Amino acid sequence: MEPVLHSAPQVGHHPAPGKHYLNENTSLWDWITTVDHKRIGLMYLVGSLFFFMIGGLLALLLRLVLLTPQHTLFGITVDAEGYNRLFTLHGAIMVFLFIIPSIPGSLTNFVLPLMLGAKDVAFPKLNLASFYIYVVGAIMAVSSIYFGAIDTGWTFYTPYSSSSSSTSVAMMTMSVFVLGFSSILTGLNFVATVHKLRAPGMGWFDMPLFVWGMYSTAVIQILATPVLAITLVLLAIEKTFHIGIFDPKYGGDPVLFQHFFWFYSHPAVYIMILPGMAIISELIPTFSKKTIFGYRAIAYSSVSLALVSFIVWGHHMFVAGQSQLATVVFSALTFLVAIPSGVKVFNWLTTMYKGNIVLASPMLYALAFLILFAIGGLTGIFLGTLSTDIHLTDTYFVVAHFHYVMMGSTVTAFIGGLHYWWPKMTGRMYNEKLAKIAAVLWFIGFNATFLPQFIMGSQGMPRRYYNYLDQFQPFHAFSTFGSWIIGFSLFMTLAYLLASLRKPCDAPDDPWGGSTLEWRTSSPPITHNFHDQPVLEREPYDYRPGQSGRETH
Amino acid sequence: MEHSFIDYITGQAMLPPRGSEFAGEVDLVFIGIYWLSIILFLAITIPTVYFAWRYKFKAGRVTPHQTHNTTLEIMWSVGPLIICVGLFFWGLDGWMKYAVAPGDSMEVVVTGKQWLWQFEYPDGSRTVNDLHVPINKPVKLTMTSEDVLHDLFVPDMRVKVDVIPGRYSMIWFTPNVLGPHTFTCAEYCGKDHSGMKGTLTVESDADFAKFMATGGTEWEEYRDRNDWAGWGKLQYERKGCNSCHSVDGTSSKGPTWKGLFSKNESFTDGSTGIADAKYLEQSMLQPNAKVVKGFEPIMPTFQGLLRNHEIKGLQAYIESLK
Amino acid sequence: MSTTTPELHTHGGHEEGHNPYHQHHFATMEQQFDTAKIGIWSFLATEVLMFGGLFVGYGISQGKYPAEFVEAHAHLDWMMGALNTIVLLVSSWTMVMAVDAAKTNQRAKLKMYLLFTIACAFIFLIVKYFEYEHKWHEDLMPFKYYGTGETGIRPGDLMPGSHGYATFFSFYFMMTGLHGFHIIVGIVLLAWLYVKAGRDRFSSAYYTPVDLVGLYWHIVDMIWIYLFPLYYLIS
Repeated sequence: MEPVLHSAPQVGHHPAPGKHYLNENTSLWDWITTVDHKRIGLMYLVGSLFFFMIGGLLALLLRLVLLTPQHTLFGITVDAEGYNRLFTLHGAIMVFLFIIPSIPGSLTNFVLPLMLGAKDVAFPKLNLASFYIYVVGAIMAVSSIYFGAIDTGWTFYTPYSSSSSSTSVAMMTMSVFVLGFSSILTGLNFVATVHKLRAPGMGWFDMPLFVWGMYSTAVIQILATPVLAITLVLLAIEKTFHIGIFDPKYGGDPVLFQHFFWFYSHPAVYIMILPGMAIISELIPTFSKKTIFGYRAIAYSSVSLALVSFIVWGHHMFVAGQSQLATVVFSALTFLVAIPSGVKVFNWLTTMYKGNIVLASPMLYALAFLILFAIGGLTGIFLGTLSTDIHLTDTYFVVAHFHYVMMGSTVTAFIGGLHYWWPKMTGRMYNEKLAKIAAVLWFIGFNATFLPQFIMGSQGMPRRYYNYLDQFQPFHAFSTFGSWIIGFSLFMTLAYLLASLRKPCDAPDDPWGGSTLEWRTSSPPITHNFHDQPVLEREPYDYRPGQSGRETH
Repeated sequence: MEHSFIDYITGQAMLPPRGSEFAGEVDLVFIGIYWLSIILFLAITIPTVYFAWRYKFKAGRVTPHQTHNTTLEIMWSVGPLIICVGLFFWGLDGWMKYAVAPGDSMEVVVTGKQWLWQFEYPDGSRTVNDLHVPINKPVKLTMTSEDVLHDLFVPDMRVKVDVIPGRYSMIWFTPNVLGPHTFTCAEYCGKDHSGMKGTLTVESDADFAKFMATGGTEWEEYRDRNDWAGWGKLQYERKGCNSCHSVDGTSSKGPTWKGLFSKNESFTDGSTGIADAKYLEQSMLQPNAKVVKGFEPIMPTFQGLLRNHEIKGLQAYIESLK
Repeated sequence: MSTTTPELHTHGGHEEGHNPYHQHHFATMEQQFDTAKIGIWSFLATEVLMFGGLFVGYGISQGKYPAEFVEAHAHLDWMMGALNTIVLLVSSWTMVMAVDAAKTNQRAKLKMYLLFTIACAFIFLIVKYFEYEHKWHEDLMPFKYYGTGETGIRPGDLMPGSHGYATFFSFYFMMTGLHGFHIIVGIVLLAWLYVKAGRDRFSSAYYTPVDLVGLYWHIVDMIWIYLFPLYYLIS
């Protein structure tokens, strides 16, 4: 129905290869001992999608529990303790097992070396190790459910987590500790890869913007995660031995825990959103058939977001008992975030201006991202402003805000990126018509679920509430109906993506007319990525006629 | 309350009723940002949709090679920066008021614990989950927690602050609207986090004085109707008894009240006894003197928390639960 | 097609005279070495930040209990701490010499200096053991076990005043314990280098592992240089 695909001439000299990374050495042993970044990327993809599904099902269950104030589903009543475990698991699984590892572990692992024209990441064995560390962390997280789950909220605030909760806090925090190491090693690998494995001729400002975004992410992973790691070790020891560092009963300071926690977890928000922005920076020029506007501005804004992310953690604690001076300073610094975020959005919009926009499914997700991120970002202003934050913090307004950023923005970008690189990863095209329907449903469902939560929050509905006042019931009901649309669109996406795998490889090398190096190899790529070492001779995203380098010679 | 569609457009419907002047100031900032956000949202969304439609793919269209424009970059960096500086100071203005209580405030000492709020008035009398204050006088709540983090949130006053064990935190407000306002706990504190709420009653000076003397005008109504059990039922909900004692026979943290009256109980110290009115009173004031077998000695004392007529009401209420 | 240079072939890695440690995805040995360096520096940055968290926590707690911290530190033996500082400084020097020996193909010297470094690490741990044991006997334990022995204070009835002491020793054991763990990891790595050096695996053409472990060892030493005054010399 669309002139979508094949709008640019196809590179003809890599017909679907007989041997590629998927069908060479296919024994189970070959897979579990692989050091190929593409295979590790795929394994990460399966892992993180699995936890996306688990976290998503928990979310659907949560919304179902909140549908009516009676909390009865088909005759089964979920009690307050069950509800508290549900939202904690939902949060912890989504943050630590899905969003943080998803884009870096799966998509980036797969495409970053390809984009740089490299044969692999800098440390392939370390890459595999970091995957297995992720698996160990995931097993620990799942086993914590068996040992009584956890009911502290994903933020593990002391002293509730250290002395009041009787759930398996130590197991879960140690799981997050382990997952943190996986994240650090992934970041470390990308930093070294970006520094040293760029193709001949590729300077820093010739890298695709995706790489810039992931480089910034990797820097945060390396610098912020160790602080979380040590904090969680301290928490686990506090829980077990009462060492008196966070627990006031033994002389500790609960606010110190929050400082430590947010010193990591605020940058972690950028570990989540920067990869999303990185993907959007690829999708928009590719589908607008136009060079990215303000390449350097976007690259610098990624780096500056990474830096600013380290000095704004206190905005999570305006009413939490930090000093008043700190609160004022953190509020002022928080507004700095608006500038690089705005720069990115305006540059993306200008890129679309006078473009030749192909509304393929990845681009639909990119457009959804722009709108959802706008809402997520703008509602952040309410929370960064001191006097309104007093009223809004710890309410559903915050819940809605961070879902717009983490889910509405990052996950939308992730799904968009998954569609964009799916032909490259699997060698198959998916059903484009279904993909477009799913994208539209996702957008509608998302807004239906989370817009009402802004209203509930500003009207005074606190978060993490099992019981609520009757006046909020219509909003909760609306939100629950929205969640069904989201669920439906995601299962639909899963179905047609899996269905595409049943076909033989049919994807061309460059189905979208992309200009970055990953499109110059076959789909799926051969084991060593490129037949010949690619050399970069032009800036990325050059769509001038005769400049695309895509003509067959 | 009902909101018209217009209220949603203007942002008014986003906010709960206002209970103080401060609430009005916060709302002004909220509505200001709300409108700013709407304008910026349209500034992003309209081009997004328009470009996607206007520049929809057409075979053979050549796109211009626009790499950057420094003037534009500066404009859309500096523009937001100026807006942000303005917003920061606008928000700071409200914060300064929130952070410092007037010297002549009436001080109420608040203790949060799982899962109830206890208020101690200047005269030493105490209430649970039920805060009464006189209208148009600044009230300062000095708060601490006995166990984990809590957060006292009064939506109608637009104030909240974390309540932290081992520390004191403070909020204040000058209520200017009579009547009940709800307050809740806004920092997750465990199982009954969502049940940790109560009513802030703003009343006239005369009513407040009467409340301090007797426990309020409500009491007189019950007394006049001679409805002791009804009065007890109100205390059951208001004093937080319901967080541990059921009235339908199910066992919770404490024994159920259903069929409790005149029951022969055995205690953890090995003795037995009849649960009569005297025993019930003892259980409220010295709860750990006789603990029913199978339960933990975890009930806090209600000495000083219950007025005599409230104890009498509770006894009557328990007696009524056959 | 201008995008390929036929000289750089993917599969053409293992030609004659090729360094056996050269991994296929690097163009040159030098690139491989530089990449490893970036990796280890990034890793050391995480180490510094991890300890940094503890240092900040210590600083904040000291601000809360200044008097208790000063009194508590008097229970630490600064002589022992100073001895350990010297031991680690010496080990840093032997490590530098070891790396130098590897670079200049002096196998015997490399083995000797590695052995010296391992010996220093063991001396450090032994001294540390005596310090810990001393604290144990004095009941200067962290956690709720502070003063659980002869002093008559029982867990659970910690006096408000004793909070600061327990916190001081919590941080002391946490930080020196984590540091000690890094020393143990260091010993394992050094021993591994020693075995490999015995098999003549290092030369001026390939000594990356020696260099990386050396950097790790210096960071571990450096953290101690900060720990020592923080715990033993506050006043």
